[in-house]
Amino acid sequence: MSDANGNGHGRLTLTAKDFRTDQEVRWCPGCGDYAILAALQSFMPELGIPRERIVFISGIGCAARFPYYMNTYGMHSIHGRAPAIATGLATTRPDLSVWVVTGDGDALSIGGNHLIHALRRNVNLKILLFNNRIYGLTKGQYSPTSELGKVTKSTPMGSLDWPFNPLSLAIGAEATFVARAIDTDKAGMAEVLRAAAEHRGSAFVEILQNCPIFNDDAWAFVRDDKEGVNRIVLRHGEPIRWGKDGEKALRQLPDGTIEACGADEDGVLVHDETHEEPSLAFALSRVTQATHGGTPVGVFRNVSRPTYDEMMADQLRVAEERRGKGDLAELLHSGETWVVS
Amino acid sequence: MIVRFAGDSGDGMQLTGAQFTAETALLGNDISTLPDFPAEIRAPAGSLPGVSGFQLHFADHDILTPGDAPNVLVAMNPAALKTNLKDLPKGGTLIVNADAFNERNLQKAGYTSNPLEDGSLDEYQLHKVPLTTLTVGALKDVEGVTPREAERAKNMFALGLMSWLYGRPIEPTIEFLRAKFGAKRPELAEANVKALQAGYAFGETTETFAVTYEVKPAKMAPGTYRNITGNQALAYGLIAASKLSGLPLFLGAYPITPASSILEELASYKHFGVRTFQAEDEIAAAGAAVGASFGGALGVTTSAGPGIVLKAETVGLAVMLELPLVICDIQRAGPSTGMPTKPEQGDLLMVLHGRNGESPVPVVAARSPSDCFDAAIEAARIALKYRTPVYLLSDAYLANGSEPWLLPDVSELPDISTTFATEPNAGDAFLPYLRDEQTLARPWAPPGTPGLEHRIGGLEKSDRTGNVSYDPDNHDLMTRLRAQKVAGIAADIPELEVDDPDGEARVLVLGWGGTYGPIAAAVRRVRASGRKVAHAHLRHLNPFPRNTGEVLRRYERVLVPEMNLGQLLKLVRSEFLVDAVGYNRVRGLPLRASEVAQAIEALIDHE
Repeated sequence: MSDANGNGHGRLTLTAKDFRTDQEVRWCPGCGDYAILAALQSFMPELGIPRERIVFISGIGCAARFPYYMNTYGMHSIHGRAPAIATGLATTRPDLSVWVVTGDGDALSIGGNHLIHALRRNVNLKILLFNNRIYGLTKGQYSPTSELGKVTKSTPMGSLDWPFNPLSLAIGAEATFVARAIDTDKAGMAEVLRAAAEHRGSAFVEILQNCPIFNDDAWAFVRDDKEGVNRIVLRHGEPIRWGKDGEKALRQLPDGTIEACGADEDGVLVHDETHEEPSLAFALSRVTQATHGGTPVGVFRNVSRPTYDEMMADQLRVAEERRGKGDLAELLHSGETWVVS
Repeated sequence: MIVRFAGDSGDGMQLTGAQFTAETALLGNDISTLPDFPAEIRAPAGSLPGVSGFQLHFADHDILTPGDAPNVLVAMNPAALKTNLKDLPKGGTLIVNADAFNERNLQKAGYTSNPLEDGSLDEYQLHKVPLTTLTVGALKDVEGVTPREAERAKNMFALGLMSWLYGRPIEPTIEFLRAKFGAKRPELAEANVKALQAGYAFGETTETFAVTYEVKPAKMAPGTYRNITGNQALAYGLIAASKLSGLPLFLGAYPITPASSILEELASYKHFGVRTFQAEDEIAAAGAAVGASFGGALGVTTSAGPGIVLKAETVGLAVMLELPLVICDIQRAGPSTGMPTKPEQGDLLMVLHGRNGESPVPVVAARSPSDCFDAAIEAARIALKYRTPVYLLSDAYLANGSEPWLLPDVSELPDISTTFATEPNAGDAFLPYLRDEQTLARPWAPPGTPGLEHRIGGLEKSDRTGNVSYDPDNHDLMTRLRAQKVAGIAADIPELEVDDPDGEARVLVLGWGGTYGPIAAAVRRVRASGRKVAHAHLRHLNPFPRNTGEVLRRYERVLVPEMNLGQLLKLVRSEFLVDAVGYNRVRGLPLRASEVAQAIEALIDHE
């Protein structure tokens, strides 16, 4: 019927409409979340998973309203805790396809601990982090991904916090799947989501998302980059090239860092998302618009490791094989007993 | 007879006490134990903070507490003597390891002269036994054991001596030692066995001990018994709840004293389908349990006060989601880190009120170590039936203390099975907040159920549909419905029973949870003095049993003894307008029956 990822091998004929709810979508006009929602609703039927086996879990923030708009099972929980709650669900119900929707504040600030531990355990979750580099729902304070010196209502003289790089953090937390997509790039996002859905274990996807109210155009350089001047599209097994005419490229130096070079120069890096060592993916995560003149999107890392729920199920199975199915009366009478007559 | 073993944290006093308990239980005595140990794993050797103790009360009749003051104190070093002597009544038996009373140890314990020689112990029956020398001597022919290991077997020598003195069989301990060390270090097992036997023989041959004590089996209800600690019983209760409900058990926990042993215990029962998740923190532990509940499991999280405060947010979410969740709070002395290994009843008001908004949560409290089994089943029953988080309160004394447990007949345990929603409940639609008319519980439809896809969350829900709602009247209605649902549980729990043999008492003692033993023992003493007193003990603290107000108003005076500064007292005074008075001690120890008895007598005599 279904494989362990909840996949039903495309036998269902659902459409995007089937994934819409009767709830009025209440994000601000122009919010990047609309594009992501539409992309996900269009993409979901492709998975062939019946709606009842899909669960969206979120924390708090603008992005966290997401589950209300997906006609699947869902939970809008508490700030930062979605990965923890989803861990309990995914661990007890390996038959489900569990998705976490989170934001930069939710995932990296208040929920940072839960995020890194879910990733290192390789719980079977798909984590979508909508990164708009600002707190939206609380009306415009700086977030853990806001740039140093960011002037907001809570930082009138500029923020003093060095920002997180979400992908570097995820790779450092032993994530087995790490990718980046852009809210308005429907095709690119579908490609990344497809790979994430197929990945068994934790899949972490940063989605660059625009907040038109409090941090408009934070990602304009890649979001509006129709000609691919700034987007570096990573494709497994292919040389990493970008630019209007593919004239720019990346290469790795002996110290492991990555620099931009001409596409015709020697040593152009060939992308290998399956490399066992996370250092290549990490080095790629350090490639930014500011430092390299381009922003990589696509799958950075995609390796296989046993998942938490599989290993737990294995232990339960082995315990039952060794000791037989637990018998309550036997348990109570274990140890030293004596009879009073 | 009350025996206390006291020594350094590294002296193996807990093991010694536990084995003496096991020997005693097999003889059919009624028993009650109180381990009392520091939070430090190994405080500096010989120091006062490093003293670890184990008290065992055993008798030929039904007993209720580990006892107030010991009859016999075994002190392995000067620090143990210093910290425990104040509890030994004059004339009590004192057995000391004379070898440990050297200048260095005396100094560490703050003695300026040797109490074994300066006459300060003249009022006790003092037995100076060179335990270390005798043990090392007895083991000199055992090969493969280091001198340090030989010396450390002195606790087994002491156990052997005590076993002889009280006519306990040492065979169970020999079996235990061989099972514990036998596979890896058979020579170490033999060394300990030899020390044990040498101690027993020493008692027999020396003339130091003029009398041996015989304590006959207690008259206990017929049936099969075993000895059990509170945390073990609680873990068994959760497994039973899983079996009785037919739902898989999921435990989310973060290590914390004194709750960790529940996690460890449950982790060893994977063949019961038990999933244990050692989370990154207390919040994740609770969150994962809620996630598991959403998926149709029996979600449980365990902790103590400092962890429970962190879970408050998640418990509030579970109140809003109306999903089952059992939160076990093994209370310890607070505030903050407080005294991690010591009991207190300081968390009652926190679990009742420590959440934002109007957030009602049922509360169940266990009264004795073995009662943790039944209390756990009851907490799960309420959680599953009413789709609500339920707090289960225990404490450090119940958690580590032990008593004989008359094993229940599994077939007579309550049926706590519940049903999942499988069909739409409003025409073609599924309304996740359409309530059961009787219980007011909402339907539980775990993901995977076709056609019942729905979204829940922490935002206020619209009545019936569960959609997000900011409607003022809806919030008022939902707030009242949640309160009414929990209040309605009163109809589904037993009435408060009163122990008032001839119905003539004018004073009622009202307790809750882990103070049951000391209060019941105190009530017996008061009655033995010819006075009349009634005792009622609460298992359910939210809601209270439906007859609670009526019971309280039946008596002229109500005394509420608690290991806090008057939390239940505050509740009964405000809820029932009863002029109750408190008896409160927060010493990190169980209440003393003798002191509770004095407080009761004072109240009776004052009338």
